[in-house]
Amino acid sequence: MSWVALRMLTGNRAKFMGIVLGVTFAALLIAQQASIFCGLMLMTTSQIRDIQGAQIWVMDPNVQFIDDIKPMSEVELFRVRGVPGVEWAVRLYKGLSRAKLDDGTFQQVILLGLDDASMVGAPSEMIYGSIADLRRPDAIIMDENGYGQLWPGEKFQPGKVFEMNDRRAQIVGLCKARPTFQTFPVVYTRYSQATKFAPPERKMMSFVLANPQPNVPVEEACRRIIDQTGLQAMTNEAFAWKTINYYMLKTGIPINFGITVFLGFLVGTAIAGQTFYLFTIENLKQFGALKAMGAGNLKLLGMIMLQAAVVAFIGYGLGVGAAAFFGHMTGGTSQLAYFMPWEVLWGTGVAVVLISILSSLLCIRRVMVLEPAIVFQG
Amino acid sequence: MATVDKQPAIRCRNLVKEYGSGNSLVRALRGVDLDVYAGELTLMVGPSGCGKTTLLSVVAGILEPTSGEVDVLGTDIARMAQWRKVKFRRDNIGFVFQQYNLLPALTAAENVSVPLILAGVPKRKAVEAAIKMLNQMDMGSRAHALPSKLSGGQQQRVAIARALVHHPQLLVCDEPTSALDAKTGHTIMEILRNVAVEGDRAVIIVTHDSRVLEFGDRIARMEDGHIVSVSPEAATIAAH
Repeated sequence: MSWVALRMLTGNRAKFMGIVLGVTFAALLIAQQASIFCGLMLMTTSQIRDIQGAQIWVMDPNVQFIDDIKPMSEVELFRVRGVPGVEWAVRLYKGLSRAKLDDGTFQQVILLGLDDASMVGAPSEMIYGSIADLRRPDAIIMDENGYGQLWPGEKFQPGKVFEMNDRRAQIVGLCKARPTFQTFPVVYTRYSQATKFAPPERKMMSFVLANPQPNVPVEEACRRIIDQTGLQAMTNEAFAWKTINYYMLKTGIPINFGITVFLGFLVGTAIAGQTFYLFTIENLKQFGALKAMGAGNLKLLGMIMLQAAVVAFIGYGLGVGAAAFFGHMTGGTSQLAYFMPWEVLWGTGVAVVLISILSSLLCIRRVMVLEPAIVFQG
Repeated sequence: MATVDKQPAIRCRNLVKEYGSGNSLVRALRGVDLDVYAGELTLMVGPSGCGKTTLLSVVAGILEPTSGEVDVLGTDIARMAQWRKVKFRRDNIGFVFQQYNLLPALTAAENVSVPLILAGVPKRKAVEAAIKMLNQMDMGSRAHALPSKLSGGQQQRVAIARALVHHPQLLVCDEPTSALDAKTGHTIMEILRNVAVEGDRAVIIVTHDSRVLEFGDRIARMEDGHIVSVSPEAATIAAH
């Protein structure tokens, strides 16, 4: 009876499209909002993922996320270096600074001070110049999007100068960097230079970047650092998750997005449910006739479930496809956070299945309790 | 025509059907006795609300009687489990409805094939058998038309083909001509007379339409939940 169920479903094109569109809309809204949320969460970890070359981040024990800077004394660097199993450890400055442009306007920038000798954490993809250029006096490397923000519409000019903390900063290179949560430009410089660009503080070192010796597992090295220094030490991935968890638990962002996703779910269920229910009601006499002719409840249940499954499958495909297309089309926009991991596809799939089940439950009930004698009521 | 010594295809004794309870209790059937014979076309007539459709539903195994005996094709369907009743209907009974109840998304041939599909016949074979049946109804040329493209009479022919395609022993028809004009109604009754009754099939038709009484081998008149008369009486039939 599968083909009968499918022909019943698709017989009225307008109704069929209505049901599919309800599910499509829900899938689109859920997948799109969830992807933007994931993109935003990913943005919070941009610097952790951009700063490559070290496997371990060491920080003050009270640091909760990447932007929660609690500077440490330089002594801590040497204590980390003294932990058995640590191959090397370097300092990293991370903070906010104010860039004063030629026209007198100010713009906040994210300032990253890399270890003068090793340059661990330097950008991995240069568009212009090289990391070695950072060794020049007052040199900084800026990210491409940040440059566009400070000088909108202007073509990149190496050697451009601006001020930070009343000190001259000269752009010697342009790099690619992941969009940041704060959307500020990212400025790379040497650690010694960064401490001059930043407002003076008693302690300046934000993080220590370290690597374990080849025969020491990274988790073991972290444990030893924690045990011996009392500092916080974790892998890149763990630090990224710590940051994400902070935003998830301590900010209203997940709730805001959760509400939208839930609304998408509700609206989708309402539209699909109502249309599917009306569709069933309109076909009630036909179901009654089938019952009278000897179609059992199980057979009719199978027909309705098949119809719901087909609607869910098409609606899911269209919705998720539209969400992916949206992400693809807006992919070049640095301000828009968009990341669609498989979990979003999975979650949207589960939501669509739930919508279909909820939508078909009422219909199933109506058909199950339907007296076939209805067909004799002219 | 049947003879009195022949076993009835349907045998109802003291059949009672009540709806609701307490003050809202409605007695639709109040002790009905009726025999319907194979090879005969039995018409059930009577005013609206007299219980004709309820009786038809009970003998078709669609409604449970409150009390009494209903023996259909040698089986006591009143005591049958629900799933057996569904199978019994599927295998033994053909239905013709007043409003045709064709599936609008299926072609005439596909609609006719539905009882065979329900019985587990593969679609291709079922549609082939359906087209043969439609040819018998002079509907072969419209086999691939959707119900919306057919006239009322044509739709009823398709419905009759659907009711007969699986060769049931019993055909129950609810007002098969009431939605049709006189000429088409006459044609439909001729079809039922010629096609349905053949093969020793019992046909029971509920109707309001006095124009079709001439087609009945037996006419059962109902009033207020009772069979008030059956004409001609079995003895009369035997005499013929």
